[in-house]
Amino acid sequence: MHEMSLCERVIQILEESAHAQGFSQVKTVWLEIGELAGVEQEAIRFSFEVIRRGTLADQATLEIIHVPGEAWCNQCRIRLPMKQRFDACPECGSYPLQITRGEEMSIKQLEVE
Amino acid sequence: MCTVCGCGAGETTIEGHDHSHGHAHGHHHHHEHDRHHQHGDTHDYGQGPARAHAPGMSQARMVQIEQDILGKNNEYAAANRRWFATHGILALNLVSSPGSGKTTLLTRTIHDLKQTQNLSVIEGDQQTANDAERIRETGVRAVQVNTGKGCHLDAHMVGHALETLQPEDGSVVFIENVGNLVCPAAFDLGEAHKVAILSVTEGEDKPIKYPDMFAAADLMLLNKIDLLPHLNFNVGQCIDYARRVNPAIKVLQVSATSGEGMEIWYRWIAATQQLAEIGQ
Repeated sequence: MHEMSLCERVIQILEESAHAQGFSQVKTVWLEIGELAGVEQEAIRFSFEVIRRGTLADQATLEIIHVPGEAWCNQCRIRLPMKQRFDACPECGSYPLQITRGEEMSIKQLEVE
Repeated sequence: MCTVCGCGAGETTIEGHDHSHGHAHGHHHHHEHDRHHQHGDTHDYGQGPARAHAPGMSQARMVQIEQDILGKNNEYAAANRRWFATHGILALNLVSSPGSGKTTLLTRTIHDLKQTQNLSVIEGDQQTANDAERIRETGVRAVQVNTGKGCHLDAHMVGHALETLQPEDGSVVFIENVGNLVCPAAFDLGEAHKVAILSVTEGEDKPIKYPDMFAAADLMLLNKIDLLPHLNFNVGQCIDYARRVNPAIKVLQVSATSGEGMEIWYRWIAATQQLAEIGQ
């Protein structure tokens, strides 16, 4: 649900960057979204379509860089892939795992003119 | 002029006086905070889009910006947290599904604690000032923040609500978030603790269905336990699920209606308030 306000924030960041870096149109936005960031890629795409209208990103393509979830098991002392926050360690079955990757939610780069 | 943030996001109205922010460009930055206004306040957000254009042309190029989307919210949250610490104020962010009995639990808490502790409330709802009015009926100050199309409070809204609310030093500020177990998890408001309220009329597997929220909370209040005899709710299983997501979570079983367990919740508030008063 909060994908809409995250996209509003994305547009604000674009506007601030446009001012600072002297561009007027954004052609492509690369967003990095972690698997465990709690947002749905489809909802982000939908929200971006709606929010970008009439802004400097009106024509912008959204590229989502998916970051897979990864966690550390203290028992097994290994890193392992994690699909969902409450997953148990597939090796030893213990909870919880310490998330080491996959909570990212950031704008990586822009193609502008 | 906005002293908290010099903000340029969204459009805001506070019931009773002007509080509208011009957005990014366009910059009609009207901003009148009434610092003495303490009752009957509603902040309205999301009344419509505010858009921006920058004129000029240049060639296509790549720009590396590496900006955390929640970074701005986290900055506001850090500012709120510093402000709370400076004033020895305990801020609790109450989160739950709609219908968990959060407002009832809060009004009972206020009723029982207001003689011995300075309290105030920030009420977040999409629309209406009904909840803030319920709180004001208890005799404590409350500010309503209407999030409009938003599904959660953010740290910026809370910063402005604090300007209106002006809580006393050493007091407790309850922030009743929008009833939603998903989105408020991602938005730090600068609170000392998130308190998740789950009622036994909901599913016992809510902590694993909405793990982000229970991972972010330090305390879970299992509410409406007076109804347990009439329900098929496995308390032990529910607590196990919560600990699976967050092994450090503390769980208190309460009933805001019968009063059962509320004393322990009050002791928790008093103890955490002492910690807040010790400072940063």
